[in-house]
Amino acid sequence: MMQMFKLAALLVAFALPARAEIAIQTITSPGGISAWLVEDPGIPFTALEIRFRGGTSLDAADKRGAVNLMTALIEEGTSDLDSTGFARARDSLAASFGFGSDEDAISVSARFLTENREASVDLLRRALTEPRFDQESIDRVRGQVLAGLRQDAKDPDAMAGRSLRELAFGDHPYASKGDGTEATVQALTRDDIVAAHKSALARDRVYVAAAGDISAEDLGLLIDRLLGDLPATGADLPPRAPMNLTGGITVQDFPGPQSTVVFAQGGIKRDDPDFFAASILNEILGGGRFSARLMSEVREKRGLTYGISSYLVGYDQAELLMGQFSSANGTVGQAITVIRDEWRKIATDGVTEAELQATKTYLTGSYPLRFTGNGQIASILVGMQMIGLDADYPRTRNDKVNAVTMDDVKRVAARLFKPDALRFLVVGQPEGIVATD
Amino acid sequence: MLRHIGFLAVLAAFPACADDVSTFRLDNGMDVVVIEDHRAPVVTHMVWYRTGAADEAPGHSGIAHFLEHLMFKGTDDLEPGEFSATVEAQGGSDNAFTSWDYTAYFQRVAADRLDLMMQMEADRMRDLKLLEDDIVTERAVIIEERKQRTDSSPGALLQEQMRAAQYLNHPYGVPIIGWKHEMEALDRQDAFDHYARYYAPNNAILVVAGDVTPDAVKTMAEAHYGPLKPSDGIADRLRPSEPPQIAERRLTLSDPRVSEPYVMRSYLAPERDPGDQEKAAALTILAELLGGSGTTSLFAQALQFGTDPVAVYSSAFYDSTTMDDGTFGLIVVPMPGVALDRAEAAMDAVIARFVETGPDAEDFARIKTQIRADQIYARDNVDGLARRYGEALAIGLTVQDVQDWPAVLDAVTPEQVVQAAREVLDRNRAVTGWLMPEKDPA
Repeated sequence: MMQMFKLAALLVAFALPARAEIAIQTITSPGGISAWLVEDPGIPFTALEIRFRGGTSLDAADKRGAVNLMTALIEEGTSDLDSTGFARARDSLAASFGFGSDEDAISVSARFLTENREASVDLLRRALTEPRFDQESIDRVRGQVLAGLRQDAKDPDAMAGRSLRELAFGDHPYASKGDGTEATVQALTRDDIVAAHKSALARDRVYVAAAGDISAEDLGLLIDRLLGDLPATGADLPPRAPMNLTGGITVQDFPGPQSTVVFAQGGIKRDDPDFFAASILNEILGGGRFSARLMSEVREKRGLTYGISSYLVGYDQAELLMGQFSSANGTVGQAITVIRDEWRKIATDGVTEAELQATKTYLTGSYPLRFTGNGQIASILVGMQMIGLDADYPRTRNDKVNAVTMDDVKRVAARLFKPDALRFLVVGQPEGIVATD
Repeated sequence: MLRHIGFLAVLAAFPACADDVSTFRLDNGMDVVVIEDHRAPVVTHMVWYRTGAADEAPGHSGIAHFLEHLMFKGTDDLEPGEFSATVEAQGGSDNAFTSWDYTAYFQRVAADRLDLMMQMEADRMRDLKLLEDDIVTERAVIIEERKQRTDSSPGALLQEQMRAAQYLNHPYGVPIIGWKHEMEALDRQDAFDHYARYYAPNNAILVVAGDVTPDAVKTMAEAHYGPLKPSDGIADRLRPSEPPQIAERRLTLSDPRVSEPYVMRSYLAPERDPGDQEKAAALTILAELLGGSGTTSLFAQALQFGTDPVAVYSSAFYDSTTMDDGTFGLIVVPMPGVALDRAEAAMDAVIARFVETGPDAEDFARIKTQIRADQIYARDNVDGLARRYGEALAIGLTVQDVQDWPAVLDAVTPEQVVQAAREVLDRNRAVTGWLMPEKDPA
């Protein structure tokens, strides 16, 4: 579930942006790898973000969890350095490397001081291209993954997320969490890890962005050194996912004072011409802000929850419109009724002129505010590449938001919001709620 | 009079970095800190009040945090919700947070909207209007918040119990969110009493960070905050202190929602004091050495590595930035099948060995390198710097203390770390908590 929400946040980040004053350089390395750069020598370090498309969805069904475990093992040693030796070398350089995986990508987030750039990049190259995958490391990190899976089995957020995936995505990899199951993770061998590495980290699916104290020329050379030794091609990417979600209520029993609720229906593609109108609508309905309708109706007017929001989630191969909240077991039914009413209301009546204008002002005003800090900028830039935006987007994005008309919003509201298709996944001991199946 | 201070570079190996930090005080007693970062046309505006949950009247736990919520209702000039709506209309974001020692409000906006933020924040510092309807709904919201953050989480409940056991007398033992039975009784008068006494310019710190100049901030601050009347209810923050602990404290929390049992330990530990940060610096480095890294720390190496590892996860943590004695914490999550007493014994053995042998010279040097590098990386996050200054000033440290801190950390010797471990890591001055799944539901 956490991964889904992270993705949701990302998408919102790109969906909502005014004219950002950042100078993005697009470069192609001598070896042919393209990258985006915001050069700022103000602080003597560089933030580098790399993504490999595919992520945990490259797992075969019986090897579920292989990409996730492999990614966690990248920092566990390379060539002559074991895991401890690698960590010591990295920390001695005061560099930091983060490795993560989700359903669509493996991410590498690095930052290194200018004075240690060469040595830091060399260490990162060795980790990415020559990982040791020692059995001792595999067993230790596997133990951590298994502990996480056992926790998920008793975590209401994770339980609701699992139900959602299972109901929505049929036999697609999205139907299960990329961490795998206890059985599949237990069964993973070193050969599986090596195979996952080979299929997932390849140059045909890599996206690169950097921000900070580095020139375009130096970045090009750095990228070739860092990624040039990776295989040219990797495994086939997964196909389009089905959308099997139907309207209704699913209840899973779990002890506690509150019920945790995830609600979802099908979403809208990022490249759909109606996407900006949909983003505005979602912001009005469920943006996490106090003025959003759900926040206002469920929290501010009725005190039924601490927080509620909705998001447009865009995976590479599926889209959701979803949200979440928690409420006392005795009041969660009332909250669900309020949400359903709001869903119907926005589908049939759309939004007011005042809401539309205020939301446009918010979306266009907030956009430039997110381009602060090298790490954040690099992360935004690599995300933009992955969803197919061009480097000019920050300068045109607000015009696209402002171009959305009231007619667009009305039409898209009727198209997007499907009250009868809305599924509520309730985890808790809710009172007065009847599960529909 | 503006005082200009630059960060000192503490290590010749790194290029000198000079954060632009200015500080001054308004005539009504409001402290102001300005941190310049002109890379993007953005500004963060924060007001920190030197009051928090540990300053609440006894029996009214949660009122500091409840008031924080109510500050987003109306004033004599603003309708309820209008504050946030106005920030949003500018494309900005706003929020607030409450600790035991402070309550802070912030907005992040385009730099040319700073004046409006100050106007509104100054307005709600003295002119809040609390309606009975808002009190009732918002009280329901904070009770839901407690259910979500605390009552739904066995780990959070364990920590709440451990703090209550750690502090017999000092209000740090009372949860910030409040005890539920006291939260249910919080009313308009409680909120207003807390507000009227503590929300005033002479109890507040303004921190502005981003694309601004100190002169511009000074002009705006004098215009908006300058006319506000100081409170005469501001006294020294003398909280009841802890009696000497003479017996080990232990507790076990069992809950069916627990999947991974663990052992947690907290020791009463000294904090940073103005002009006296050495002991806290030694404890900061001790936490790094013991459990700062999942790979290289003493805990990780001894408990998670090797042929017969005891633990899946381990860590050590210490919060140096509190007004009164804080806590130094440890956690060990054992491997499946390893009993908690064995995990705890292994944890204690690591500490005993460390006190005997002291830190490894390379480990020590590596941690110092990372601390120095943090001065460079930290400049990338001006919001983080704003918090660093605001928090420090709110607990009584000075700008000078904040700027000295990296050098104080850098000067810590291995002997001082061992000494700090000897003094603080004493089980007879600690609380040990076990989190367990419920036994035999039958």
